[in-house]
Amino acid sequence: MKNTMKLFLAAAALAAAFGTAHAEDKPTIEIMSSWTSGGEAAALNVIKTEFEKRGGVWKDSSIAGIVAGDAPGAKQGVIGLAAADFVNQSLMNPIADVAAAGKWADALPKSIYDLISYNGEVYLAPTGAHGESWVFYSKEAFEKAGIGDEPKSWDEFFAGLDKLKAAGIVPVAWGGQPWQQSKVFNMILLSQVGIEGFVKIYVDKDKGEASVEGVKKTLEILGKLRGYVDDGAAGRNWNDATAMVITGKAGVQFMGDWAKGEFTVAGKEAGKDYGCMIAPESSGMVYIADSIWFPKTGNAETDKAQKLLAEVVMDPAVQLEFSVKKGSVPMRSDVDKSKLDVCAQKGLELMTAGSIVPDQAIVLTPQQVGLLDDFVDEYWSSGSQDAASGAESFFAIFE
Amino acid sequence: MHTKRKRNFSVTLALLPTWFAAVVIYIGTMFWSIRLSFTDSTLFPSSNYVGFAQYVKLFHSAKWLASLQNVLIFGVLYVSSCLVLGFLLAAALDRKIRFESAFRSIFLYPYAMSFVVTGLIWQWMLNPTLGIQASVRSLGWETFVLDWVVNRNMAIYALVLAGVWQGAGLVMVIALAGMRGIEAEQWKAARIDGIPVWRIYVSIILPQLGPALAAAGMLLAMGVIKTYDIVVAMTNGGPGNSTEVPAKFIMDNLFGRQNLGLATAGATMLVLGVILAVAPFRYAMYMRNNRAKGAA
Repeated sequence: MKNTMKLFLAAAALAAAFGTAHAEDKPTIEIMSSWTSGGEAAALNVIKTEFEKRGGVWKDSSIAGIVAGDAPGAKQGVIGLAAADFVNQSLMNPIADVAAAGKWADALPKSIYDLISYNGEVYLAPTGAHGESWVFYSKEAFEKAGIGDEPKSWDEFFAGLDKLKAAGIVPVAWGGQPWQQSKVFNMILLSQVGIEGFVKIYVDKDKGEASVEGVKKTLEILGKLRGYVDDGAAGRNWNDATAMVITGKAGVQFMGDWAKGEFTVAGKEAGKDYGCMIAPESSGMVYIADSIWFPKTGNAETDKAQKLLAEVVMDPAVQLEFSVKKGSVPMRSDVDKSKLDVCAQKGLELMTAGSIVPDQAIVLTPQQVGLLDDFVDEYWSSGSQDAASGAESFFAIFE
Repeated sequence: MHTKRKRNFSVTLALLPTWFAAVVIYIGTMFWSIRLSFTDSTLFPSSNYVGFAQYVKLFHSAKWLASLQNVLIFGVLYVSSCLVLGFLLAAALDRKIRFESAFRSIFLYPYAMSFVVTGLIWQWMLNPTLGIQASVRSLGWETFVLDWVVNRNMAIYALVLAGVWQGAGLVMVIALAGMRGIEAEQWKAARIDGIPVWRIYVSIILPQLGPALAAAGMLLAMGVIKTYDIVVAMTNGGPGNSTEVPAKFIMDNLFGRQNLGLATAGATMLVLGVILAVAPFRYAMYMRNNRAKGAA
C-alpha cells in the first residue's frame, strides 16, 4: 500500500513537472518530455530515430496515462538534486551496467559523472549541457542602432540598449515568466560575484558582506533592465521572445543556449545573422545539464528498453547531432567539436576550462528553486528600487 | 412492515458505494491531508511530525497572504457582478423582446466554454501587444491603453471580467426561469396600480427570486474556491503575486515544488475557511426549518 502510494505520487509529481509500456516483442519505451519547441523537438527526434533504428518502439507519453498511475519508461529531467528524492525512494532504475560497458566514467567530465551518480551508482543518461549566461542579439538590430562591438561592461551594455531604444527597436526581448527571470538574475549575479562567490552563495549559503553586496548590485542591474522591455513582456514564452530577436523586432535576449535551436529552425546562422555573448563582466557561465531519467516500472520489457535508450543517448554520434539541433554542448568530451557552431565552441571552451557554475536546479531543492522564482518575480514586477531589503529577502530563501 | 424493511435493505445496499466513496475517499483523504500538514513531507509523505511549523511558514509566505486577498477580491466582485448582470439580462429578456431565444443562447454560450478557453481568449484580448490595445492603436488612437493582464494593479480585475463574461449567462438562465414562474396576475395588478416597470422588478419580482438567486450565488461561490484553471490560463498568478490564488498555491507546492507539507497546510486552511463561511449559513437554515416546522 505504501509503495503504491509512493508510485502514484511520483507519477503525479512527474506529470506536473510536465503511460504504460505495453509488453510487445520489441523493446518499447514511453517517454515524457517537455521538449516541444522547434529545436527541442528536432533534437529529441535524433534520439528517437537512432532508438528505432536499433529496433526499439518509441511512444510519446500521455498525461492521461500518468494520471492513471502509470509511470513512463523514461523522462527528461535535469541532473543533480532534482532526481535525488526519486532515487532515494528507489523509484528509479540504475543503469550502472550500461555505464560500465560504455566506459562513461572516461567519456564524461568527472563533475558531470558525479552528478548523474547517486550512492555510487549511475542513474541518469546525460543528453547535453546548456550554458545559461548567454545574451543573444540581432546583428541587424545592432547595425541599425549603430552598435559596433559587443559591450564588455554593464555600462556599455545599457548605453547600447539606449541606442536600440532610440532606433525604435525593443531593446530587450523579455520573457516574463518566473523561471526565465531567475536565469537572468543568476547570470547577472555571476557577473557581480564571480565563480567562487556564486558557489559560496548557492552551495555554502554564505551570507557574508561580499555576498550581500553582490546580490544588491545584481538587483540594481536587474531593476534597471525594467526600463528596456516592452508592454507584452509579462508571461511571455521564451521562444516568443526569441522570435522577436530573430525577426529583428528586438535587440537582445537573455537566455540559455537552447534559444539557438529556434534560430537554427528559422534558418539563421550563429555569428552571421545573430551574435552570442556571455553576459557582460562574467568570468564564466551558469550551466544546466539535461538527462534522461529511468523510472522503475516493474516491467522487465521496459527495463530492457531503458538500457537500450541509455546506450543510444550516450552514443557519440547521437550526442553530437542532438547538441547541434538543440543548441547545447555534448556531454562526452570525445566528440568531434568542429561541427559545433561558434557559440557552442565558446561555451565548450568555458566548460573545459572549468569556468562554470551550476544552475540553481542542480544545487537547490525544488522548494528553494520555487522560492527563488517567487523572489525574483516579485522584485521584478513590483518595480521596487530597494535593493537592500531585496537582498534580505533573497537570503531568506535558504532558511 | 416486512416489505418496508426489505426496501430499506435494498436502499441501504444501493447507497453503500456512495457511502464508501464519501467516507473513504472524501473524508478519509481529508484527514490524511490534515495529518500530512503536520509533517515535514516534501515529495513523499513522511511521518516526521513538526507541529504547526508548516502553518507558521504558510502565514509568513507573502504569496499565500496575497492569494487569500486575491481570492477575496475576486470572489466578492465575481459573484456580485454575475448576480447583478445576470438579473439585468434576465429582466431584459423577460420583456418579451424579439429573438429572445437567440439572445438567450448567445448570453449563455460563454458558460459552455471551459475556464481554460475563457482565460486564453481574454488573455489575448487584453494583451497590450496582441489584443484590443494593439488593434485600437493601429486604427490611429496611439495613446489608448488596455493592458490589464500585464498590469499588477489591474490583473485581478481582468480575471473578474473574464469570469463574469463566462458566468453571468448562468445566472440569467436561472433568474429568467424564476421570472417565468411568477404569475401574470401580479403584473396586471401592478399595472393597474400604475407602478413603473423598474419598480415592479425591484420590489415585486426580485424578492420572489430570492431562492433562485441564492442557488445561483452558491454555485458561483463554490467556483470561486476552486478558481485555478482560469488563473493558470490567463496570468499564471502574475505579474508577481497579483493574481495568485489559494488553489494554485496548493497545486504548485503539491507537485511542481514537491512540498507536500506546505501544500496540505494550505489545503487545510482552505477547508477551514469554507467551513467557517458555510457553518453560520447552514445553522440559520436549520433554525428556520425548525421554526417552520414548529409553526406548522
